[in-house]
Parts: sequence; structure tokens; C-alpha cells
Amino acid sequence: MRRPDGQAKVRGEFSYAGDLHAEGMLHGVTLRSPHPHARLLRIDTAAARALPGVHAVLTAADVPGDLHFGLTLRDEPVLADGVVRYAGEPVAVVAAIDPRTARRAARAIVVEYEPLPAQTDPTLAADAEPLHAEGNVYRHLAYECGDPRARGVVTVENTYRIGMQDPAFLAPEAGMATPTADGGVRLEVATQWLHSDQRQIAWATGLPPEKVQVVLAGVGGAFGGREDVTLHTHACLLALATGRPVKMEYTREESFLAHRQRHPGTIWLRHSADASGRVVSVEGRVVLDGGAYASTSPVVIANTVTLLQGPYRVDNGRFEGWSVRTNNPSCGAMRGFGVPQAAFAHESQMDALAAALDLDPLEIRLRNALRRGDTATFGQRFTQPTPVREVIEGLRAVPLPPAGGKLPGGVGRASSPGSVRRGVGYAVTMKNLAFSEGHVDESTATVSLRDGHATVHCACAEVGQGFVTVAEQVARTVLGADTVTVTQPDTLIASAGSTSASRQTMASGTAVHRACVAVRDRLLARVARERGLDAGLLSIQDGAVTCDGTPLVDVAAATPGHTVRATEHFAHPPTTALGQGDVYVGFAFSAQRAVVDVDVELGLVSVVQIASCQDVGTVVNPTQLLGQIEGGIVQGMGLAVMEEVVVVDGHITNPEFQDYLIPTIVDAPEVVSVYVTDPQPGMPHGWKGVGEPPLCTAVPAVAAAVRDATGLPLPSVPIRPEHIALGIGTPPTVTRTTPRPPATTGGTALSEEPADRPGTWESEGAAGH
Amino acid sequence: MDAEISLRVDGQAHRLTVDTRTTLLDAMRERLGVTSPKKGCDHGQCGACTVLLDGERQLPCLALAVAHDGAEITTADGLAPPGELHPVQQAFLDQDAFQCGYCTPGQVCSAVAVLDEVARGWPSHASTDLTADPELDHDEVSERMSGNLCRCAAYVNIVPAVQQAGGRS
Repeated sequence: MRRPDGQAKVRGEFSYAGDLHAEGMLHGVTLRSPHPHARLLRIDTAAARALPGVHAVLTAADVPGDLHFGLTLRDEPVLADGVVRYAGEPVAVVAAIDPRTARRAARAIVVEYEPLPAQTDPTLAADAEPLHAEGNVYRHLAYECGDPRARGVVTVENTYRIGMQDPAFLAPEAGMATPTADGGVRLEVATQWLHSDQRQIAWATGLPPEKVQVVLAGVGGAFGGREDVTLHTHACLLALATGRPVKMEYTREESFLAHRQRHPGTIWLRHSADASGRVVSVEGRVVLDGGAYASTSPVVIANTVTLLQGPYRVDNGRFEGWSVRTNNPSCGAMRGFGVPQAAFAHESQMDALAAALDLDPLEIRLRNALRRGDTATFGQRFTQPTPVREVIEGLRAVPLPPAGGKLPGGVGRASSPGSVRRGVGYAVTMKNLAFSEGHVDESTATVSLRDGHATVHCACAEVGQGFVTVAEQVARTVLGADTVTVTQPDTLIASAGSTSASRQTMASGTAVHRACVAVRDRLLARVARERGLDAGLLSIQDGAVTCDGTPLVDVAAATPGHTVRATEHFAHPPTTALGQGDVYVGFAFSAQRAVVDVDVELGLVSVVQIASCQDVGTVVNPTQLLGQIEGGIVQGMGLAVMEEVVVVDGHITNPEFQDYLIPTIVDAPEVVSVYVTDPQPGMPHGWKGVGEPPLCTAVPAVAAAVRDATGLPLPSVPIRPEHIALGIGTPPTVTRTTPRPPATTGGTALSEEPADRPGTWESEGAAGH
Repeated sequence: MDAEISLRVDGQAHRLTVDTRTTLLDAMRERLGVTSPKKGCDHGQCGACTVLLDGERQLPCLALAVAHDGAEITTADGLAPPGELHPVQQAFLDQDAFQCGYCTPGQVCSAVAVLDEVARGWPSHASTDLTADPELDHDEVSERMSGNLCRCAAYVNIVPAVQQAGGRS
């Protein structure tokens, strides 16, 4: 089945948030801080207000409700309050008759700043002067399992660095707020999570949530970057202040400044293994730079730390992590949500172990592969299918691409064939699915059927992933509907949660499925009643109501003029806090092999092919599944060798596509995708989330291939040309250790107290004796 | 300073007065309500606004409206009559060559121009023989479509979409 929104999209008729228009609408713009850290001494808006065409100028003093918002901690001001904590923080917003007048008014606002020292080193944040009343540590967590001091014959350790990645969805943030007759406000906006926006807007406006309607406008990509509120609240405040519709639309540069990035991080890992390559113990420490405000930093750090073990059995270990506040750009959700960072580090370690023991990289992974029934380092048992071996074996069966092909570089960057080396690298990862740590993962859908036409209403945000296709497929399959309308998501129905965490096919897909089943059963009951039949013998097949296999009547003609409707809810079984049981709803496993050509003189990389074998559950839509795999792989490749938001002294130096390089069609590798299709328990037909694993795996796979081609350690991503050409990067420390069996076995012990500050890494190579 | 210009967009004639600093993209989107060309960067770096300007693909975010008085512009919305699809659009749909779709109107216009450029025998950086007729192979299509970013990375499907529209399966 093709995408139901496809025809409008290829014609350019599909309406995105930036295309919104209303008669008499005003345009909102934002005045942002030029300083990463400064005291606000004075704001004078008189000159801006006096400009003809200006309808409102708002500062923190004009926010009628609670000034603070946030997805976890409510630590972020809607507009700066006495101090700015990152370069680009909103200080004031303006509404005027046209964008140019609004921009001119923003420039006319006089702000006196007293610049303060910018605290931009995340490893120093915990001990630095607090940047906020909430302190500088968003979350610290630490736990042990078994005996972390257990050792095998070889121990490898290194420190890995992951750069900041921008979601870089192609449609910059946009939305339009309109005052409603009941004194409330209606916001049409490109978002991932309508009800979270609604709640946070209600805080700031002081309105009850039911007077804040959020409606999904067309979304041009999201990838996590639309999970947080940006212009949403500002547009609503301006609309309420002026009594007119107010449209806001960011420029590309503003988009870089305003939305949350993927956390840059530093990860230290020490793995010890026995002579056969079996991992005996793992110790790891993580520092993620959360930037100025919390966003989802407390949740992301748990993903990174708990998944440091990778898809491998680890009985003995010690894990610790911090996500911290700095004066750098705020970080939050991006596809993978903390796991690409962990994956890059643990897969680099597996390759280092394999090299130290002279083992094949896939062989060492097979020897350590998790199995169903194993227990994770954080205490959760893998009770669902755990096809780690299967994805590795599936990958191994894919043939290698032929030698040759185009040279790395491209126009104007000529590689010479003599300096090009081919490399092959492998990675296997584990990604948690759905919300975690006790956050309820749920959705609700209403389905109605009338004369063969089904209507699906759900607050699940379609951001390009294809939920509308899935919803229509389900309605056609279960109800035999001729035509299906998926209505625009809004907050008139209960929350569907965020379009994130690879969760919507599982959560909203299941809610839609349940509602369709309820509608079907009501329809069949009615037909049975009218015809004096046993409802138990009736079913829907090929668009017809059948009795014991014999067609009775078309669905479209079964109950003429009568609407059958049902609303159904779905929630995954509850998860628990870390250390208390099942932290995660489930997991997906993925193996990839990257083949690269590297010009070792110029440091240029061409990713030739990526083969993927992923644990995807029962396939819902093969075409869209492949799209998710390919898209995730290319974004992961971007993080591995191209993309980095470069922050110098708290300022983003490359907030545009000229200098922030997202992969083009020429950069995109060939993708060969095969699957393991073990049905996911508890889901209709065994569906499973698929969106994030390909990105998580591509980062370490590409890095491993470049290492294979160059022989360099390359402990940082993105790998830049100078890392290759100049050989920058410290190799892992390899220590031959005296085997020491674990003194204790089993059990996970949680500690929230920091054992050390994040800056004081243990000296490399010193442990194990 | 204002100037009066005329534009023909998707077959419809418009006469409008614009500030001389107005880009062709803003003139279309904000003044004429033509929203098929998308604004992804406004700096000529993403290709989302690509249109056919007097028959050739151009980035209206880098063009001043006043410099194109009398121009004939075709956007993705004007490639086929309402309710119908141009073969390139049909191919993008068939090959699932998009996800969020924001870059798609620009991709489609670019692809229409690529097929025209290839038909005229124009070589590209990827052409091995500058005098031979270019083949619609993977490298040719990629090179010629490389000015259009797709963050969803539907690239793997854009290549066969362009090939399908070009009559090569």
C-alpha cells in the first residue's frame, strides 16, 4: 500500500506548518541572547512597541502563568528571566503585521547584558558554580552487577568521544496560534507530541489545558528535534496578547539555535575478556553534555549508561553516568536517544578486544551474544525473543560488494586510486523500545465505520514515518473498509504519547487495531442480530461480511446509514525505576556491516555499502520498513563521518547547511537489508518498532570500517579528514591481566551517590591487578 | 524601493508590486500564496524550493523577484493538471522516494530538469565520456540530484524513481 498522503506530497499540495495562513494574521519573531551566559541588567521595549505595525512585545514579565517549562525538570524559562544560559536563548518575542516589521522591532529592543564566564566543559560541570537553582547535574546514576573487579586474560580500555548532532529536519519550526472564542487558544504546529505541548503551553498561559487546543500541522521531519517546546508557547502568548492569529516560523539558523541536539558525550570503557573472547567484566563511565536546560537529559543518560553492555551477556560490571548542565546548546531527544553514543563506544571496545585476542570481529560478538533468559546488567531479564545470534548470522550471509567504484571525495576533491584503501567494519547493537523507567507508554484511538468508509482519529503525530499508512492498512484489513480517512491529530482525543522511541506502530498502531476490532465486533453483532445468525460464525473477509466462510453482504452495505464507532486504549505493561525490575518495554537488535573506501592521504571517506540485518518483529509494511532502515543508516553514517554541530565557547559556529554537512544523495551508500522477524509478544500480529536501531548501528559500523581501512584507532565521531590524514586519536590501552574470577555472582546494586566526580577518570591500564 | 513585476506561475499570470529585496521564493510563498516550493534554508543549500524557471531548474531563494520580471515558473504543483500526476511524481510515489515529503516538490522539479538535461546530452561530473549521451545510471542520477537534500534519506529510492520516470527500469 502506498502512502495515503503521498499524492499531495509529490504535488507540493500537502500543507506544512510553514504554509499556514490566516486572514489578518500577525507574524511573530524571537529576540535571542547573543551570549552563552550573562545577567540581564535591563530590557527596554519602548522603542519596539512604538514602531508602526507592532502589536505586542513580550518579555518574561508578560508571561501570565508559570514562567518555567520542560519535559522532565521544569527548569527552562519561556523567556529569559534575569539571566541567559545559552547563546540563542529567547529573551523577548514580537508580533507585527509582517515579518520585516517584526524583525525590525526585535532589533529595536534594548537589552543590557553583563556577560558572565561561560561554563562549557561538561567534565567540570559537577564541581562548577551552579548555573541554575536546580544545580548542574541533571542526573547521576551508578550501579554494579556481579563483581566488577573480575578479570580475564586481556583488558582493553579507552575514552570515546561523540559529537553533537542536529536533527536537521528540513522544515524549520513553524506554527500558528489563534485565540478562541472561549478565551483560550488553538495552536496548529509541527510537533511530535501534541499533549506534551498542550500541557506546557497551559502552564505558561495560565489556561486550563482544555482551553489550549493543539492541532498537528504538516510536519517536515522530526527525528526527536520536535519533542520539546520551542515557538509553541511564544505563538500562543502573542495570540492571546493581540487577539489575532500569530504565525511563527524559524529561519534555518534559528532552528539550529532553538531546538535540542543530540547529546555530545565522553565515554570511558574498560572490558576484560578471557582467552576465548568471553567478556568477563565491563566498567563504564559516561558524561553527556545536556547544555543549558534539562529537556530529556535525565532520561537520555539512563539509556546511554544501561546500554553500555551492548547486545552481549555481561555478568560483572560497574556503570556510572552524569548528564550535566553547561552553557552550551540544550540537548535532548534525537533518534536513538542516548544509544548511538553507547553503541559507538561498546562496539569500538569489542573490536579492540577481538584485535587483542586475534579473533574475528563477528566471532567475538557471537561468543558474547545475549540469549533469551539472560539478565541485563541493570537487572532486567530478557524474556522476549532475543535474536542477537540470528541478526549476526543473517548479516554474515549477505555477500560483500565488488571492489572498485567511485573514488572518495567528489567534485573538486580528487582522490588518487593509489591512496584509496577499502575497509570493512561490523557492529551489533541493542536499542530499547518505547518509553522507559515507569513512564506510561500508551495511546488511544477512535475508529468509526459508515457505509464502508472508516475514519481513524488518534493523536499520533505523523512526521514522515508513515503512521497514516499503518492506520489505513489496519482499518482496511480488519474492517474491510473501501476508503479510510485518518483525521488530523489533535488534543480533543486522549494522548498518543510522542512520535519517538520507535514506539508509534506498537502503541498507536495497537490502539487503532483494538478500536477496529471493537468496531468489527459491533458491526458483526448487529448483522447477526438483524439476520438471526450466530455472531460467532461471522467474520470480515475481502470487504464482505461472511458467515462460516460464505459471503453475506459487502461491509459497505451491511448497515446502511448506520455509524459504528469505538474508542480503545492501549498501554504497554508498566515499567519500573532503574534497579527495580523491567526498566524497558522491550528491545530490538541490529547488526550491520559497512564497506568504505578511504583516501588515506586526504582523509576522505566514501561509504560504499551498508548491509543490515535487523530484528523487526512481524513486518507491517515492507516498503516503509526499508525506508526507515535506509534513512536511519544514512543519518548514522552522517554522525560517523560528516555531521557535527561545532560549538566554540558556547556558540554554534556552523548553524547552516553550508558548514553542517548532512549526507547528500551522492554520500548515501547502497543499503542491503535483511530481517529477523520473530513476532514481538503482546503486539497485534507481533509488530515491533524499527526506526532507531539502524542509526545506532551505522555509527559504530562505519567507524569500524574506516579503522579497518586506515589502521588508525579513531576513538571520536564524527571522524574528520584530519583524524585520518594526521592520525589523530589515542588507541585503546591493552593490558594482559591475571585472570580473577568474580568473587560474587549476580544481582544489581544501585547507587545514586557519585563515587567520583566525572572529571576524575581512573588512570588507564592501572586496574586489573 | 518597490517595483512592479509580472510573473506567470503554473500557468497563471500575476502582477504584483514587490520590495526590490524580495526573493522570488518569498514573492511566491508570501505574496502569491504559492506554497509548493518549500523553504528549508533560504540560502541555496538544501534545494527544497527548486522550481523550473523559464524551463531550467533554479533556486528561487537565491533569486530576486525583480530580476525575473516576466518569468515563466513551474512548480511541482503545476507539472500536471489538478488531480493528475506527472510521470516523475508518479515514479516518486511508486518508489516511495520520500517520507516527510518536505523536500519532495523540489526533488520532483529537479528530477524533471535532470531528465531534460540528460535528453539534451548535457554531461555531468559523473559522466565518463563528455561527448557520449549520458546514461541514467546510478552515479549520473545521484550526481545530478545532489543539490537536493533529503533528511529522511529516501535517497536509495529517489535514484530508481528518476530512472523509472526516465524510462529506465
